[in-house]
Amino acid sequence: MKFTKYIGGIFTALRSLAGGMIVTWKELFTPKVTMEYPENRKTLVISDRWRSELIMPHDENNEHACTACGICMINCPNGTIQVTSSSIDTEDGKKKKILDKHLWDYGSCTFCNLCVITCPSDAIIFNNDFEGAVFDRSKLLHRLNHEGSKLREKKKESPAPATEAPAKKENREA
Amino acid sequence: MLIYSQPLELTKLLAAINNFLQGNLSPGWANLVKGILVGILILAAYALIALALIYIERKVAAFFQARLGPNRLGKYGVIQSLADMIKILIKEVIHINKADKLLFYAAPFFVIVASVLAFGALPFGMNLHALDFNIGVFYLLAVSSLGIIGILLAGWSSNNKYSMIGAMRSGAQFISYELSAGFSLMTIVVLSGSMQFSEIIEGQRYCWNLFNGHLPAMIAFVIYLISGHAETNRGPFDLPEAESELTAGYHTEYSGLQFGFFYLSEYLNMFIVAAVATTVFLGGWMPIQIKGWETFNQAMWYIPSWAWFFGKAGLLMFFSLWVRWSFPRLRIDLLLNLEWKYLLPINLVNLLVMVVIVLSEFTLTDLFPALFGK
Repeated sequence: MKFTKYIGGIFTALRSLAGGMIVTWKELFTPKVTMEYPENRKTLVISDRWRSELIMPHDENNEHACTACGICMINCPNGTIQVTSSSIDTEDGKKKKILDKHLWDYGSCTFCNLCVITCPSDAIIFNNDFEGAVFDRSKLLHRLNHEGSKLREKKKESPAPATEAPAKKENREA
Repeated sequence: MLIYSQPLELTKLLAAINNFLQGNLSPGWANLVKGILVGILILAAYALIALALIYIERKVAAFFQARLGPNRLGKYGVIQSLADMIKILIKEVIHINKADKLLFYAAPFFVIVASVLAFGALPFGMNLHALDFNIGVFYLLAVSSLGIIGILLAGWSSNNKYSMIGAMRSGAQFISYELSAGFSLMTIVVLSGSMQFSEIIEGQRYCWNLFNGHLPAMIAFVIYLISGHAETNRGPFDLPEAESELTAGYHTEYSGLQFGFFYLSEYLNMFIVAAVATTVFLGGWMPIQIKGWETFNQAMWYIPSWAWFFGKAGLLMFFSLWVRWSFPRLRIDLLLNLEWKYLLPINLVNLLVMVVIVLSEFTLTDLFPALFGK
């Protein structure tokens, strides 16, 4: 019958509308997903995979693992890394390259990770310290090796683990 | 009937202002000053309520979507809408080439004037009522439907096809749902036997019209809420400004203060619909009263009548927000289908049922005069 169908349709519609409203009513009390950023700095979790700033971990003796081979510079697709080196004579009379400056430009980096992947001695990593905004473009040019640092001697056998806490921010002024 | 003590009512304050004016001015000037004061108060309340509503809407919308909403400006973001207002006031009004200048500038005023006129006739509380016509319901229906002229003018004069489609949809929608809203209010006018808001409220002292007229009143209430929603172009009925199809519908070309007018009146129309539903179905500013329970009644009167009014209207507005964030937008043919094939026939039958119930003395006040009688 057409009329019963009409009346039945109204009640079906009302029932499904009420069902929808119950769903949204429950949604009203779900925990909110918004993160209030500057306030939650302490509890903020940034994924380990997040690449934000290139750093060169130094150990407690101010030693790093960079042999100044320049592979990172060659692999960088847009010339963001500049490695300058000089050669010195070691005690046993051999010539050896040492790192002068490892410069990395925050402003032109695309965070492709090629430098980190290709580094033969795992000397550089991306950390996840994402608050890199500065007011002056010149401050975006970071010098990664610390003042007076030197290459870690091979005798130690095991290269420093990459997770070692780096001394941060000191190289900003460089 | 006992006289209850009403400590927070504004009656005494209003009487004092009235006496002061009449004591110091000739009657004509006193009336003029009173009129100006009332006008200023209504405009200020209009703006303040709109600001509060915009904030509440954003907050409630956010909570329905598991967000926090505005939370930067002031504690919990309470002055966010104030900042938005200042921003919109200082924004440039952009002039549209080849628009019909006169109509283009007149349109927002039609919209906002209609909504201020309706707003001014609302009974906000005991003696807080600027206009108490004996045809109050009729007046309110008449002036609130003026706003559609502004919307049609805005769409027509913008010289923009999206605005035009939006305005045409709005016109079709508004004219259709105006019928339903009018008939559902008529149902209650039949029940309470008056069109004057003060009498309608007084008649609901012990039993709200929603319960007094039981089945037909509840059907009328639901229909009024649906059609009120549709008239304010909100919720699932916001296809005149369907942003995914029409950018912003009839107010696409408006900017700055002119856009602000449309925005303001949209929120105020939501308030007006909720306020009329409150007054007509839920007892208006009248506190909950139970016959014979004098202590309880006195306790209820300690809450001032305007708080009751805003509380009840607030509940209905929350309901409107809840509906808005629950249902998807209707298609235009489904929208008109709903009105002409469902709401209107049901409404006409409902009106007839209400007449029969009132004439055969089947309302709650007639059935149980000891409990609910006047």
